Amino acid sequence: MVPLSYYLILGAILFAISVLGIFLNRKNVIILLMAIELNLLAVNLNFIAFSYYLQDLAGQVFVFFILTVAAAESAIGLAILVALFRNLRTIHVDDLDTLKG
Amino acid sequence: MNFQAVVFFVLAAVLVLSALRVITARNPVHAALFLVLSFAAAAGLWLLLHAEFLAITLILVYVGAVMVLFLFVVMMLDINIDRMREGFWNILPIALPVAVLLLVVMAATLLGPYFGLSMRPPPPEAAEGYSNTRAIGMVLYTEYLYPFELAAVILLVAIVAAIALTLRERKNTRSIDPAVQVAARREGRVRLVSMPSEPRGVSGPPPGDGTEQPPQPPK
Repeated sequence: MVPLSYYLILGAILFAISVLGIFLNRKNVIILLMAIELNLLAVNLNFIAFSYYLQDLAGQVFVFFILTVAAAESAIGLAILVALFRNLRTIHVDDLDTLKG
Repeated sequence: MNFQAVVFFVLAAVLVLSALRVITARNPVHAALFLVLSFAAAAGLWLLLHAEFLAITLILVYVGAVMVLFLFVVMMLDINIDRMREGFWNILPIALPVAVLLLVVMAATLLGPYFGLSMRPPPPEAAEGYSNTRAIGMVLYTEYLYPFELAAVILLVAIVAAIALTLRERKNTRSIDPAVQVAARREGRVRLVSMPSEPRGVSGPPPGDGTEQPPQPPK
């Protein structure tokens, strides 16, 4: 029987990796979106581990909703990326300075 | 070490290594494929946790749909990878301490004496004939019906938004706007011209041979 803390530590490692990925790939929007997906995966792993060890299905239902929202988010994000590439011919973050931010 | 622990450690190793490759891969296509591998490993872990429905959903929805979308977009866009990668490791002196600090803080919280994880007994084995999918359906369509409908609305909004963002009117197409067709009125098509009658056969072609010019729509 694998104890609950192993799953939580694994989720923490995954979360740290995705934070590292967001730092490293700050120029590449596509990999940034993938790092966000990893982030949500870590959260989902924690939810399911708690759901099993506490014998409460609410965690799994919540993961279901997180999956829904994450799928919508990545679809819209990629659509924005495609629209951006059509207009500017680039998705490099340094070139996206129209708002002078 | 029993069988479950062996499976857990193998899947955890695959998950962590593929996640590391996702964030360090040079080619975005490789990153997407490693993300598929990490999702598969995570689905295996969820199976270990008796979340069969969500494991299958992760494979079907994520590996089957979202990652294919990622691959499509990555291959469709012409990305200058070398320019994306410049200064890639420059920020590591800041990023690595942040990530390690995050990990250490979370691990210290989880493994410390205050979280009470060691006092928790392992869950009982599921009863004979227990179906995870059935159990989730029982609560999803009763207790969580309203959030479920909201999730459906979110997906609908995402569909509309994604199509509206990427739909592009082609210039050279011969398709007709249905709104223009529906809005057609008699005034736009027929023009009555008042002109004096002429004796038959004197000038002009005889009527009915198909060579009359159709009435021009008003400019």
